[in-house]
Amino acid sequence: MDAMKSMFPSAFEVATPKGAEGWQDLYPYYTHFLPQRRAQDDATFWFCNSQHWPTPFRPFDTVMLDFAIKGLGQYNTRHLLVPPANGVDYRILNGYVYFSPVAVPAEDIEGRVPQFMERAGHYFMNWGDLYAKWKDKVLAKIGELDALNFEVLPEVEPLDVVTGGVGLDSTNQLFDQYDKAIELAYKIWQHHFEFLNLGYAAYLDFFGFMKGQFPSIPDQAIAKMVQGVDSELFRPDDEIKKLARLAVEKGLTAAFDHDSVDAILTALQTSAEGKAWIAQWDAAKDPWFNFTSGNGFYSTDKYWIDHLDIPMGYLKDYIQRVQDGEEIMRPTAKLLAERDRITAEYREMMDDEAQAIFDGKLGLARTVFPYVEDHNFYIEHWALGVFWRKMRQLSKLLKDQGFWENDDDMFFLNRNEVRDVLWDYSAGWAIGVPYRGTAVWPQEIARRRKIYEALAAESPLPALNNPPEVITEPFTIMLWGITSDAIDRWVNAGDDDGALKGMAGSPGVVEGVARVLRSPDQLSELQKGEILVTPVTAPSWAPVFGKIGAAVTDIGGMMSHAAIVCREYGLPAVTGTGNASSRIKTGMRLRVDGNAGTVTILD
Amino acid sequence: MIQTDGTYTLAFPQIGKGDLARVGGKCASLGEMTQAGVAVPPGFAVTTDGYLAMLDKSNLRAEIERHLASVDVEDLDSLDRAAQAIRIRIRSHRMPEAVETAIRTAYASMGADTPVAVRSSATAEDLPDASFAGQQDTYLWVRGADAVVEKVRDCWASLFATRAVAYREKNAIPHIDVNMSVGVQKMVNARAAGVAMTLDPGTGDRTRIVIDASWGLGEMVVSGVVTPDNFSVEKVLMEIIDRKISDKHVEMIGDAERGETVEREVEAPRRTAPCLTDAQVIAVAQLAKRLERLNGCPQDVEWAIDGDLPDGDNLLALQSRPETIWSQKKKAPAASAYATGMMGIVNTLNNPLGGKKKA
Repeated sequence: MDAMKSMFPSAFEVATPKGAEGWQDLYPYYTHFLPQRRAQDDATFWFCNSQHWPTPFRPFDTVMLDFAIKGLGQYNTRHLLVPPANGVDYRILNGYVYFSPVAVPAEDIEGRVPQFMERAGHYFMNWGDLYAKWKDKVLAKIGELDALNFEVLPEVEPLDVVTGGVGLDSTNQLFDQYDKAIELAYKIWQHHFEFLNLGYAAYLDFFGFMKGQFPSIPDQAIAKMVQGVDSELFRPDDEIKKLARLAVEKGLTAAFDHDSVDAILTALQTSAEGKAWIAQWDAAKDPWFNFTSGNGFYSTDKYWIDHLDIPMGYLKDYIQRVQDGEEIMRPTAKLLAERDRITAEYREMMDDEAQAIFDGKLGLARTVFPYVEDHNFYIEHWALGVFWRKMRQLSKLLKDQGFWENDDDMFFLNRNEVRDVLWDYSAGWAIGVPYRGTAVWPQEIARRRKIYEALAAESPLPALNNPPEVITEPFTIMLWGITSDAIDRWVNAGDDDGALKGMAGSPGVVEGVARVLRSPDQLSELQKGEILVTPVTAPSWAPVFGKIGAAVTDIGGMMSHAAIVCREYGLPAVTGTGNASSRIKTGMRLRVDGNAGTVTILD
Repeated sequence: MIQTDGTYTLAFPQIGKGDLARVGGKCASLGEMTQAGVAVPPGFAVTTDGYLAMLDKSNLRAEIERHLASVDVEDLDSLDRAAQAIRIRIRSHRMPEAVETAIRTAYASMGADTPVAVRSSATAEDLPDASFAGQQDTYLWVRGADAVVEKVRDCWASLFATRAVAYREKNAIPHIDVNMSVGVQKMVNARAAGVAMTLDPGTGDRTRIVIDASWGLGEMVVSGVVTPDNFSVEKVLMEIIDRKISDKHVEMIGDAERGETVEREVEAPRRTAPCLTDAQVIAVAQLAKRLERLNGCPQDVEWAIDGDLPDGDNLLALQSRPETIWSQKKKAPAASAYATGMMGIVNTLNNPLGGKKKA
């Protein structure tokens, strides 16, 4: 290979997609590859995090990126002093985000060990108590988010503001509520990372031990020993299944022949049994329908609770399956027995000394794992779902004031511009003049929307510049499945015989027809038995896993959501293929080998 | 029910762990498997009492000692001459009547002229040198009581195969301490057969079950005449991890008309087709795993799929013996190489798995 030439292009040589000129205006300066820092940025390896952000950002949505990355970094760098790893630096290029983990200089690693042992040790020793407290803290913040309310400024301040000598007006409420929403999202993201990397570290420690004992042990065997069967992530799907069974048991299925949710509920209202069913449905909604078919990182994510047609669609599928005599509930007792069997059988193959170490490491991995799974429901699904609902409320309010044309246009402004709009609104209201933004934002939003669409029409590059000799950053490997081998696969992606290589995410071999989905909105296109091919899946796609034959993703490590859910549902999965969703087209016949981690295009 | 006299013959269900000295390793294993409910072709053992009665009846014991007394271990020719003389003596003697009657009665109770395999089962087979076990003979597709009696005698004689005698001389094992039992077992009409090891013989990896399988009887696999299909199964998850399908050009099958086994060419499409379905691979692996548990150590299992039996009931165990090569090695790496507690976490973060490129 030419020593001077990089394996991946420089960010400064990547062309702007046609029609996306000026895209830089959509994102804050600190996310840009700046010419002033070209030397450093070109000397750094960046990989596209399309696992968490598979589509470009609308300007407001970078709020999640900022807070998530800052939260991830602070625990590694400032709270716990993870010996080899600081945070993850990030840039936006053509609307997609690129990550680069920041290693601790080799000479400083040893010095951080005692502090890490003390600080992380405290968390491991007190995991149960701290996790209980964590839930209280997060639930309290969700409660605060829920209580937020944005009110239109009144024509005239109420009389009691005057008679009570308040001396302040209604604009304060707007600023308070907005600032509080942003602050709560910021804090929620800090809590998201409070335990996460420790959880991954404990899991990795057990994982490495098992690989040392049994070099050929499949990754999924290790995961199966640790994973729980009662994760809260499965609850929304379980609730839908229970409702489906109830509808069949009580003979209510005719009502579900109606198309709309309203018509179905109206039909159910006519009987006592139907009313009882509705009561169950309402009870399930809070909190379990705070569940997104995306990943919570986008303003466009659809949450079940705001789009009841989504869970209702799944419910209808389940009713059909119950009527066909299928057992739809997850066999939790069987799954637990299986977990115990697997654990016992590997343990038996070790000598006494190894068994003692196994017990310790497995015990810790199992202690931390519920957090690794469940935090996702509390943060991404529940808390962020409430946050986005409140932000949509605000966007609608400002639209009604003439700032823009569509309900959700606010998300084409960044979070600081939104605060400027609130000022514009407040000042114009106080002065008694038209809001200046009403003449500015509709055109600007139209311009930004065009740019956004041009960005979204292009797939991102997997990486920029030269990868390091070896990838050693532990969280990059764990969270994103970015290993030296994975990079080799990306580089060699074009030049083989129709076989794509990825990670053996979940065992089994299946042949079938591909359905390529780029967005959760397309989920309804899936036909029974098809192979789902997508950049990344979310756990909330669970209801479609009863329908599909296998799953293939572009990105994702052994603990990626796709791998976890596929193992749970007994489906073959190949994750981290790099580019399956662009190389495979809907309708192609595929052979997915979840044991070997390969996908073959058969025609 | 196979009718046995309880002295010279024992049916497999009558044989337990304590009978090793009377029935030898192979028949004891068949008996134990039968008692544990493992599907094994039915049959019986001609006990070592039968062999000893034969020795006593004709005063053969003294004759054997006389033949071997003058043998020089280093002189292969003299050793071969002595061994051959003993074999001829054993074959030419009439069997004690009580022994022969017991064999004929037991065989008759298996059905008229049932094809059987007659296998020797020596009492010293548990010696660590596995190659010794292979010194004794196996006769396939034997039919008729006369033939069975003759093959029993041949098995007895095979105890004095030249290499077996040499082995005992070399290892100072008294010849008279090794006794011979003989197993008479219903012949399997094998559609496919082979061996399964409950560890990877290449690496000693105990999480794997490795299966060699080919069409027809397993003898072609054991003798290495065909390159068998090879399957590697993960032992705990019971998943097929690896498979190599080979060109299996010949198979050995029973020829009912000629009353013997014959080798024949495998026709084109079947040669390169897998000889086991995935479900059958898993069934063989389950069987091997069960036998490993039953015996408490890694096993080397011979098995066959019987073409006359219905799916689900057609997998039979023919033999199970301890794996001897890897089981005697100390396995690495030492567990003490792993840090525990917080140091384990620190080491894991500093040296994450996947950081190194695969070779």
